[in-house]
Amino acid sequence: MTTSTRGAARVPAVLVLEDGRIFHGRAYGAVGHTFGEAVFSTGMTGYQETLTDPSYHRQVVVMTAPHVGNTGVNDEDPESARIWVAGYVVRDPARVPSNWRSQRSLDEELVKQGVVGISGIDTRALTRHLRERGAMRVGIFSGNALPDEGTMLAEVRQAAEMKGANLSAEVSTEEAYVVPAVGTKKFTVAAIDLGIKGMTPQLMAERGIEVHVLPATATLDEVYAVNPDGVFFSNGPGDPATADHPVGLMSGVLERKTPLFGICFGNQILGRALGFGTFKLKYGHRGINQPVQDRTTGKVEVTAHNHGFAVDAPLDKVSETPYGRAEVSHVCLNDNVVEGLRLLDQPAFSVQYHPEAAAGPHDAAYLFDRFTQLMEGQRA
Amino acid sequence: MPKRTDIQSVLVIGSGPIVIGQAAEFDYSGTQACRVLKAEGLRVILVNSNPATIMTDPEIADATYVEPITPEFVEKIIAKERPDVLLPTLGGQTALNTAISLHDAGTLEKYDVELIGANVEAINKGEDRDLFKEVVEAVNAKIGHGESARSVICHTMDEVIAGVDTLGGYPVVVRPSFTMGGAGSGFAHDEEELRRIAGQGLTLSPTTEVLLEESILGWKEYELELMRDRNDNVVVVCSIENFDPMGVHTGDSITVAPAMTLTDREYQRLRDVGIAIIREVGVDTGGCNIQFAIDPADGRVIVIEMNPRVSRSSALASKATGFPIAKIAAKLAVGYTLDEIPNDITEKTPASFEPTLDYVVVKAPRFAFEKFPSADATLTTTMKSVGEAMAIGRNFTEAFQKALRSLEKKGSQFSFVGEVGDKTELLEASVRPTDGRINTVMQAIRAGATPDEVFAYTKIDPWFVDQLFLIKEIADEIAAAELLDADLLAEAKRHGFSDHQIAEIRGLREDVVREVRHALGVRPVYKTVDTCAAEFAAKTPYFYSSYDEENEVAPREKPAVIILGSGPNRIGQGIEFDYSCVHASFALSEAGYETVMVNCNPETVSTDYDTSDRLYFEPLTLEDVLEIVHAEQEAGPLAGVIVQLGGQTPLGLSQALKDNGVPVVGTSPEAIHAAEDRGAFGRVLAEAGLPAPKHGTATTFAEAKTIADEIGYPVLVRPSYVLGGRGMEIVYDETRLSAYIAESTEISPSRPVLVDRFLDDAIEIDVDALYDGTELYLGGVMEHIEEAGIHSGDSACALPPITLGGFDIKRLRASTEAIAKGVGVRGLINIQFAMAGDILYVLEANPRASRTVPFTSKATAVPLAKAAARISLGATIAELRAEGLLPATGDGGTLPMDAPISVKEAVMPWSRFRDIHGRGVDTILGPEMRSTGEVMGIDSVFGTAYAKSQAGAYGPLPTGGRAFISVANRDKRSMIFPARELVAHGFELMATSGTAEVLKRNGINARVVRKQSEGEGPQGEKTIVQLIHEGEVDLIVNTPYGTGGRLDGYDIRTAAVARGVPCLTTVQALAAAVQGIDALGRGDVGVRSLQEHAEHLTAARD
Repeated sequence: MTTSTRGAARVPAVLVLEDGRIFHGRAYGAVGHTFGEAVFSTGMTGYQETLTDPSYHRQVVVMTAPHVGNTGVNDEDPESARIWVAGYVVRDPARVPSNWRSQRSLDEELVKQGVVGISGIDTRALTRHLRERGAMRVGIFSGNALPDEGTMLAEVRQAAEMKGANLSAEVSTEEAYVVPAVGTKKFTVAAIDLGIKGMTPQLMAERGIEVHVLPATATLDEVYAVNPDGVFFSNGPGDPATADHPVGLMSGVLERKTPLFGICFGNQILGRALGFGTFKLKYGHRGINQPVQDRTTGKVEVTAHNHGFAVDAPLDKVSETPYGRAEVSHVCLNDNVVEGLRLLDQPAFSVQYHPEAAAGPHDAAYLFDRFTQLMEGQRA
Repeated sequence: MPKRTDIQSVLVIGSGPIVIGQAAEFDYSGTQACRVLKAEGLRVILVNSNPATIMTDPEIADATYVEPITPEFVEKIIAKERPDVLLPTLGGQTALNTAISLHDAGTLEKYDVELIGANVEAINKGEDRDLFKEVVEAVNAKIGHGESARSVICHTMDEVIAGVDTLGGYPVVVRPSFTMGGAGSGFAHDEEELRRIAGQGLTLSPTTEVLLEESILGWKEYELELMRDRNDNVVVVCSIENFDPMGVHTGDSITVAPAMTLTDREYQRLRDVGIAIIREVGVDTGGCNIQFAIDPADGRVIVIEMNPRVSRSSALASKATGFPIAKIAAKLAVGYTLDEIPNDITEKTPASFEPTLDYVVVKAPRFAFEKFPSADATLTTTMKSVGEAMAIGRNFTEAFQKALRSLEKKGSQFSFVGEVGDKTELLEASVRPTDGRINTVMQAIRAGATPDEVFAYTKIDPWFVDQLFLIKEIADEIAAAELLDADLLAEAKRHGFSDHQIAEIRGLREDVVREVRHALGVRPVYKTVDTCAAEFAAKTPYFYSSYDEENEVAPREKPAVIILGSGPNRIGQGIEFDYSCVHASFALSEAGYETVMVNCNPETVSTDYDTSDRLYFEPLTLEDVLEIVHAEQEAGPLAGVIVQLGGQTPLGLSQALKDNGVPVVGTSPEAIHAAEDRGAFGRVLAEAGLPAPKHGTATTFAEAKTIADEIGYPVLVRPSYVLGGRGMEIVYDETRLSAYIAESTEISPSRPVLVDRFLDDAIEIDVDALYDGTELYLGGVMEHIEEAGIHSGDSACALPPITLGGFDIKRLRASTEAIAKGVGVRGLINIQFAMAGDILYVLEANPRASRTVPFTSKATAVPLAKAAARISLGATIAELRAEGLLPATGDGGTLPMDAPISVKEAVMPWSRFRDIHGRGVDTILGPEMRSTGEVMGIDSVFGTAYAKSQAGAYGPLPTGGRAFISVANRDKRSMIFPARELVAHGFELMATSGTAEVLKRNGINARVVRKQSEGEGPQGEKTIVQLIHEGEVDLIVNTPYGTGGRLDGYDIRTAAVARGVPCLTTVQALAAAVQGIDALGRGDVGVRSLQEHAEHLTAARD
């Protein structure tokens, strides 16, 4: 029995980190070379969602779970129309997919979309390296005629860095579109697409929200042109320190006191709009097992994360901001990173993690209900 | 929410003896829990009748009651100790059922004891099929997912037969309510099968209730382990996928963690259903596991069942993830929340997260069908495995092949040489799940089966099937390669091939392959189990090997001692050996060594990352051990490797380790040979002037006949080099001898059969002793209750010996010392003697920790295994006495007159097995060991101690009612006095005509009952078997008639097992039981903790 992976398995590939560490493996997916920021993701399920999450744009994702591709690829689970990761690193790719929903193999899909990957390397050693040294630039080179190591390293070191990268425009929709409410329409929300995942408007729609997804470049007028009950700022890639346009847009929304909800990048933008700084984490949070505490209830939710930057806000006190008092509403129990912000004097909140899950547990789905409650409250 | 302040003392109920379905995992869980509770400052009161457990070590709890786990005895303990709360979720089904009984009887209310960990309502909702179905319906109404298999609850056979139609016909599944390990369940394909299985199930169920269910045979099977705290935080600790599809009990399946073939959407759906169930059932604090079936065609999810307690799966999940479920359950029970409990492994992050794995874990079951040749070996929904091995690898193939070789069973590893056989035949054979089906599947693949064919016949998921093809393709590459180069070897190793397998494929010797591999630099690295896929640094050195790049073993300064464990539990090598290994680790750690444990059994305390300084979760083969030794030698100084505590498994590696330059400490491999080899041991005995029964060795029937003729029948015949009396038999005549030789497949010139004179009516004696080269410490002398000829592991015994005098002890001591010295023991030795007439024969000597070490240690309050470990590394008995590890003076042979009497009783797995016709297997004891576990009864007099041992093992002895007696001719004389005593205690006697006649002539009245072979009488007089089934008999005495066996006795004994009526199969046991009944009748049976016993003993010694 032969499969495409089996054939390609013999094509050599090399992974080169910017600090000079090199791993030798085999080509996976498309053959060629690619560059990006090396990050690791610890989820054991959900590779399709991970690959298609726009927040991974320009990142080379290392899967810590050894077996990837077991359930193949279907057309229901992607979070966007394409694979966004810049490169893919796995240990043991599946040769044969097995699932009643599978339509083709992951290997084929990666080849079709031109995603260069590497397999058969010590992904745990690479993960430990990134944990100790921090996320860094990386290159994957595959094929039968590879450049020498010095050349490869030089190329990696010329690649763009994530710090200071403004990527929203690269992932955002060009045209506005509408996701209709499921059942009776109750609210209209303007969602700023900074790299939005498909599950987010879906979960809103299930709650009776008509979602107008707008490009990252949308102006305040364009936002209010849809007559929104609430405004949403999505997740997305890049350094929040560069996101001046979305920050300005959000400030406008805050001034109008329209109910506001932000996820991930949206949380960092709210942080900046409130006057807090943001910073790059050493190696970020990427996984679907992160304990986050809701500080209002004390309850812990197991959540999906994908963020390399975080908001620098005080955990132990309420802060005064241009929009009234604000507090840190959620915190990651692993490392006390700010995972959520909440305004106390007006209807606005955001979380750094992913209540839409996909992939990940559904523990935080209540936040979408909280958003609808804010909108309801505003009407009353 | 911090710890509750209203709890000062807690009663923990253990799980009792090791039985199929409830084994060492509860010692692991219970030990963890007791330690945690004690560390929290609570007074921990423990009851567990199983002496071979770490949890019953006196330092684990404040008051340790080795007493029967029955509502009566637990009430006595409650009355005496007055605990604030009772934690019933850590001792398996036994503890849960006992707690429910205590609740129902009003005992908990009477003494104001609160149940923690799970409330009665939650236990009932989780355990009762009907209530659980309602739970699943409620969950479906809330979240729109999860359903139960279509089913009907039945209480009578008529309801059962009618139920089949409601479900749409056969096949149907039968599941009795409230039984453990799925006892009594099975698939019925037609009415005859249904009547048999459901009939048995109705009997086994304490509520006379069975569930009839639609068949979901062949579906994918999953399990989730969840935990919930009082703040309603819920985490899924682990997902487990069964390699064997639905139809095989999960305890008998090969299982894999994490789940391999679910997308995130499907996995999260299971998670949502699981969380909704734990909330709906109302498990307030603690863990539970939930099983699911998924239709491979369309993903329909069925919730099979849940256990609202710590389980075998939770032990496996704990070992697989590094997340200690029992420990955390105990903390949750006393009020902590998950976010308040730190993750031990990272130390920095909290327990309120879900572990993520960057490796694959495979568990494989270990069976003992060879012990029950008449039992049907088909795997069903009734668990039949006696143990399991777990392996960890960086991918499935590596973990899988490591797991198979961890089973340490001939033929358990895949073999790629030899005849392939017929594809169709092999595929057809692979339909029936059996021990080793996986090897049949691999044979079918070798014979040309396609992946689709394998799936069609077995329903094993196509992804797993592809992994089997991957393994086979690598084997082909190894076979086809011109030479073994580094790349090929590394590739083979990455897919779990052992040196042995590679050698077999290439026609080389294993050590040659190893040499080549080492020369090419292909060696494993060791990775850490860290709960978080390396996201955070791990502080706990819990390792597994992988042929990957980076090694994580840290250098160390202190000298290390490697302790080799005992591998998967099996009959003859169980938890007792783990006990000794754990003790060695504790003692050596205290003595300043860095302790390194190697084992592959997930059920044990030894594989708790808390037990030793370093843990290697690895197979116990020569290859795997040599690599660990190498890794540890690279890491720092190595003081030695201990092989004598883990039973036959490590002992068997002793010589090869030494030959490879490994420093084996303690008794030398040469000394081990001197005790195991017949000739060498004969010389030791001759030099010491000690008699052994006449014997000889034979490789043919002619030779065996000559020997038997010379020494006279009956003779005891057995293969050489076996543990647990495998293949051992008492042969009474030449015909049977001829048949035995013909049936024995393992006889060869290098493995002769041993023929010994069988000492009829001899008293058998077991001795455990320590020897340091100059001084002997007699650990304990155990007198067997059954006569010689019954395997020591299956025999009840008493310590101190109840009928031996000072002179006998003196002779035993002298003989033991002579043997220990002659063999060259440094550490523990176990010797079996037989006293026939006035002659003390030596039956055999084992220069290692024995099965009885924990029992002896508990009965005499002396930690023998700890002392043995220290002696192995050079300490002397004198030094250990001075240190206080051993008593300053005296030993187990000089116990004070008022020392308590301890009785050990074996527990047999009869009710688990059926023959191919669906009938029970016979229950007579013999020279081949078949017990799975043991209990201990301890009290000031023998009768009470014996009664307690029976209550702990099988349920209380009756103190009145009807006793049925039917004994072999040779037992008729010795039966008379005990029979008279039974009458004196108010029993009505029943007997078959022959036995009744003998009794009558001796002035004892007995009602004559019909034999089974006589059938029902003309006036509808019932046969004895019918009477037993109808619950008319309270006590059965039935000794087997010679060798023919299968007459009436078989039906009587199997009926006794089915109805749970105490059944004594030797007259010695009858005599002991009469003493026990006498003690019970006087009603003064009390309870006393081991700590109190020890205080008493120590005071008497001084």
